[in-house]
Amino acid sequence: MSGASAVPATAAPAAASAPPTADRWYPLRRLAEALLAPLLALVAAAALFSVFLLFLGQSPLEFVELVWRGAFGSWFSIQNTVQRAAPLLLTALCVALPGQLGLVIIGGEAAVVLGGLMATVAALPLVNTGPWVVVPVMAIAGAAMGAFWIGISGWLRAKLNVNETIASLVLAYIGLALFNHFVEGVLRDPASLNKPSTYGIGEQNMLDLVPWLEIHPGLPVGILACVAAWILIYRTSLGFASRVTGGNLRAAMLQGLPVTRLILLACALGGACAGLAGAIQVAAEFGRANASLNAGYGYTGILIAFLARFNPLAILPMALLLGGLDAAGGLLQRRMDLPDATILVLQGMIFVMILASDTLYGRIRWFQPRGGA
Amino acid sequence: MPSDPRSFPMMSRRALVQGGAALAATAGLGGTAQAAKDTVIGFIYVGPKDDYGYNQAHAEAAAMMKKMPGLKIVEEERVPETDAVSKTMESMIKLDGATLLFPTSFGYFDPYMLKMAAKYNDIQFRHCGGLWQKDKNPMNTGSYFGYIGMGQYLNGIAAGHTTKSKKIAFVAAKPIPQVLINVNSFALGAKSVDPSIVTSVIFTGEWSMPVKEAEATNSLIDQGNDVITCHVDGPKVIMETAERRGIHACGYHVNQAKLAPKAYLTGAEWNWITVYKSFVTDMKEGKPIPNFTRGGLAEGFVKMSPYGPGLSEAGRKNVDAVKAEMMKGGYAVFKGPLKDNKGNVVVPAGKALAETAIELESTNYLIEGVNGSIG
Amino acid sequence: MSDSLATVLLAMLAGSLRVSTPFLFVSIGECLTEKSGRINLGNEGVLVLGAMVAYATSYETGSPWIGVLAAAFAGLLLGALHGAVCSLARVNDVAMGIAIMLAGTGIAFFFGKPYIQPSAPLLPGIPFGWWSGSSQVQNALLVCPLFLLGIAAAIGLHWCFNATRVGLRIRIVGDSQDAALALGLPIDRIRFLATACGSALAGIGGAFLSLYYPGSWNEGLSSGQGLMAVALVVFARWNPIYCIYASLLFGAAGALGPSLQTVGITWGYYLFYAAPYIVTLVVLIITARGGRSLAGMPGQLSIGR
Repeated sequence: MSGASAVPATAAPAAASAPPTADRWYPLRRLAEALLAPLLALVAAAALFSVFLLFLGQSPLEFVELVWRGAFGSWFSIQNTVQRAAPLLLTALCVALPGQLGLVIIGGEAAVVLGGLMATVAALPLVNTGPWVVVPVMAIAGAAMGAFWIGISGWLRAKLNVNETIASLVLAYIGLALFNHFVEGVLRDPASLNKPSTYGIGEQNMLDLVPWLEIHPGLPVGILACVAAWILIYRTSLGFASRVTGGNLRAAMLQGLPVTRLILLACALGGACAGLAGAIQVAAEFGRANASLNAGYGYTGILIAFLARFNPLAILPMALLLGGLDAAGGLLQRRMDLPDATILVLQGMIFVMILASDTLYGRIRWFQPRGGA
Repeated sequence: MPSDPRSFPMMSRRALVQGGAALAATAGLGGTAQAAKDTVIGFIYVGPKDDYGYNQAHAEAAAMMKKMPGLKIVEEERVPETDAVSKTMESMIKLDGATLLFPTSFGYFDPYMLKMAAKYNDIQFRHCGGLWQKDKNPMNTGSYFGYIGMGQYLNGIAAGHTTKSKKIAFVAAKPIPQVLINVNSFALGAKSVDPSIVTSVIFTGEWSMPVKEAEATNSLIDQGNDVITCHVDGPKVIMETAERRGIHACGYHVNQAKLAPKAYLTGAEWNWITVYKSFVTDMKEGKPIPNFTRGGLAEGFVKMSPYGPGLSEAGRKNVDAVKAEMMKGGYAVFKGPLKDNKGNVVVPAGKALAETAIELESTNYLIEGVNGSIG
Repeated sequence: MSDSLATVLLAMLAGSLRVSTPFLFVSIGECLTEKSGRINLGNEGVLVLGAMVAYATSYETGSPWIGVLAAAFAGLLLGALHGAVCSLARVNDVAMGIAIMLAGTGIAFFFGKPYIQPSAPLLPGIPFGWWSGSSQVQNALLVCPLFLLGIAAAIGLHWCFNATRVGLRIRIVGDSQDAALALGLPIDRIRFLATACGSALAGIGGAFLSLYYPGSWNEGLSSGQGLMAVALVVFARWNPIYCIYASLLFGAAGALGPSLQTVGITWGYYLFYAAPYIVTLVVLIITARGGRSLAGMPGQLSIGR
C-alpha cells in the first residue's frame, strides 16, 4: 500500500463524492457498495470461524444459534446487547471524530475513566440538589475532562508535531495511574472497604433505565451524539474542512484552512464523547467512581470506529454487533464450554476481514460513477 | 480444575464432540426446558478459572460439585464488575434456569447482585466476600467468606522459623481490609516466633499483573527478605520467582507446592467445597440457606497445604500446635496491646480480637513491625 | 539514605536488564517494519502469541530453545498476515495492526488455556555476576541469552540499514515510494518481508516473557509492552542502536515503583508505576520538532504524514 492510502478509508468515498456528470443512481450504488463490502467480510469471517469450530469438533450452527439467542433472540437479550453497546457508541466517536482529520487516537480509555471521575467529583457537593442539577453537571464535567485529556494529544500533535497515536497511548497509561491514585487515595470513601471507591453520588441522583423499554440510558445519548456527529461531518463547512484536511494535510494548509484549530476541536469533541460515556456509566451504573470504569470501553471503541470506517452512522450497527457478541459470550461459555477467548478470536477474524474488505472499494465497476468521460 | 493439562476439555477432541452433541440436543429444545429437574447453580468469576489463585479456588469447588448428582453447574469467567455481571446473572436465571447463584468477586455485591436479588426474589444469591446486613439487604441474598487470616498467621509462624535474615516479605495487590488482615496476621505469626522479625510489604496496585508482581518479588529478595507470601489473584509468578531465587515461600488461595517444590513451606488455601456443599444440602432438605456464613480452619472453610521440605521439625511442631488451638475455635490472633506501624494503639491492652470480630473487616492499618504504608 | 539510594539504583539496573528485553525485541522488530514504510501495532498480539507458543512448545518438547524458534515462527506467520493484507490497496495499516493485536491475543488465550497450569523448562541465565559476593549483584547480572541476542540483532540491523544493499532497499522503499518505483524495487514484497521478519523478532520478545522473565504463561503476561515498544521506536528515532537505550531506560523506569516501596517510599505508588510512561512522554515532547518531520522518520510512514 502507499503512504497516501494510509489515510483512513472514509476519505476515499468522500473525495469521490463529486461525480463528474449527472449519474442519478450513483449515490445509491455507492451506498450499496458501502453495505456490500462489510457484509461480504462478515460472511467470510463467519466461514473462517466455522472452519475453526469444526476443527475443534464444535458445531458452527449451534454457535450461530447461541449467538443469536444470546444477543438478539429475546427482549432480554436485546437489552443485554444494547447495554453493552451504549458506552461504545460514545467511545467510538472518540476515535471517529479525530479520524476525520486522519488522526488515530487510541487513548479513549483514559478519557472514559477520568471523565467518570471528574463527573463524580463535580456531583459530590451537589448531592442534595436533586438529579435535575446533578446529572447535567456530571455530563458537563465528564465531557470537559475527556475533552481536556484527548485535547492534550491534539495539542501535542498540532503544536509540537508529536505523533498523536503514541501520545494518546502513553497518556492513557498516565491517566489510568492518576485515576487509581485519586480513587484509592484522597478521594476514597473510607467506607468502601474492599473495593476502593469515591463517595457515592446518591441513589436519588442516578439515571434510570429508559422508561417502557428498560434499556440503558446511554443508548439515546449515544444515538443522538452519532447523528449529531454525522451532521457535523457531512452537512457543515467545518466538517467539510476537516475531511479536506484528512484527505491531504498539505493541501489544506495551502488552502489556508485552520488546521491547528481543527485538530484541537476534533480531539476535544472526541474526548468529550468518551468523557461523557464515563459520566453516564457513573450516573447510570456505578453511582461512584471506581475501577469498574476501567472496563475496556475505550479500547473496544477503537475497533468500532475503524469497522464503521469513521462514519458516525455506521457506528450504530457496529456497536450493536460487538455488544451482541459480548452479550452472547457468556452463553457460549455455559452451553458450549468454550473459553471466553472464543469471542476474541471471532472479533479478530471479523476485524481482519472487514478491514481487508476496504480493498474492494472502487474495484467493482458497476458501483462506480458512469457517463461523461 | 484438574492440574493435568490433558484433562482440560479443549485438548480432548473426543470429549468435545460428545459434549457438544449433548449440549446441542438440549440447546435445540429451547433454553429453559432443561433436562430432568436438576438444580441449576451458577458460578461467576472475575478472572480466568485457571489462575492458580482466587478464581481457581472457586472453580475447583465448582468442578467437584459437577460430579454430585442432581446438580447442573453453569460457569462464566472473566465477567467484569459492571452491569455485565447483572446481565450474566439474569441470563443464567432466564436462559439456564439457575436457582442459586454464586457471584464470587467482591465488586459484584453492591449494586449488581442486590439489584438482581430485588428483581428475582425467588432466586437465591450468595456472594463471596461481601458483608451482608440483615436490616439492609434482601433475605434471598447472603454472603460467605473464610477467615483465611488464620492461615496467614500459620504461614507467618512457618516463615518465622525459616527466615535467617529476620526479614520476610509480602506482595499485596491493594491496601484493602481483606489484604491488610492477611499482611498483619502474617507479620504477627512471624513475630510470635521472634519479635525482631520485620515484614516488608509492596502493593502492586493491581489484582493480576504478573510482570509487576515479579518485579516486586525480586525487589524484596534483593532487600534480603528470605521468605515471601502474597495476596494477589494469581500467585503463580511469585512462587516461581521465589523458587528460582532460592528463597522460601508460603502459598495463598490454592496449593502452589508444585510450582515451588523446594521453596514451598506451607500455604493458606481456600476450601470452598465445604461451604458450597452445605448450602446445597440445606437447599435439598428444604431448609433456608444461611444469609451470613463465615468460617475458618475449624469449620473447614480454610485449610493448610502439606508442609514442604524447607520447614524445620521445630517449625512444623509449632504450626501444628497453634493449628490445634485454632481448631478449638475462638483463637485470637490480634491481642492487645497492639500498635500500628505509626505508633497508634489499634488494639488496647486486655482486648483480643478473635477471627470473628467484626472490627477486623474494616482494618485500615499495618501493625508494628511491618515496613510499608497504606497511604 | 545513601544506602537506600544505592538500593534503588541497583534495583533499577537489575530491572532494566530484566524487563527491557521484550521492549528491545519488539522495538527493533517494529523498527525494521517501519523503516520499510509500514506500521504494525499488531506486535502486541504477536508478543502475546509468541509467549504462549514458546511456553507450550517448551513444555511439549522439553527444550526452551525450540520454544524460542516456535515463537519466532508464530510471529513470522502473524506478521505475514499483516504484511499480506496491508499490501492490498486502501487497507489501513494502523487499523489492521489493531485487528492483528486482537486476533493474536485471542488465539493465544484460546489455545493457551491448557498451558497455564504446567511448568515448562525455562531458558538458563548467564551469570555475569560470578565475581561478586553480593547475591543482589549476582542476580542483577544474571543475564538472559536472549538479551544478548537482542543487542546483537540491534547492532546487526543497524549495520544492515547502513551498509548493505538490502538495508538500502528497505530504506528507499520506506522513504520514498517514487524513488523506489523509479528504481524498480518490488515495494510490496520488501514491505511484506520486513513486516514478517519484524514480527518474528517481536515473537522472540514474547518468548522472553514466558520462558525467562517473569517466566510463566498466563493471560495477564503482557501489560501492553508490545504497544509501548511502538512508542519506543519513535523515541529511538528509528535507529536500532537507540532502541537498546530506549528499552533499557524504560525498563529502569519500570523498576522504580517497587524498589522505592522496599526502601520505604510508599506514597503514590500508582504514580511511580507510571514512571516509564511519563519518561516516554517527556522524551517525545523534548525531542519533538514543531511543524517538521522527525529526523530519521521514514517518509512513507502513515503515522508521520
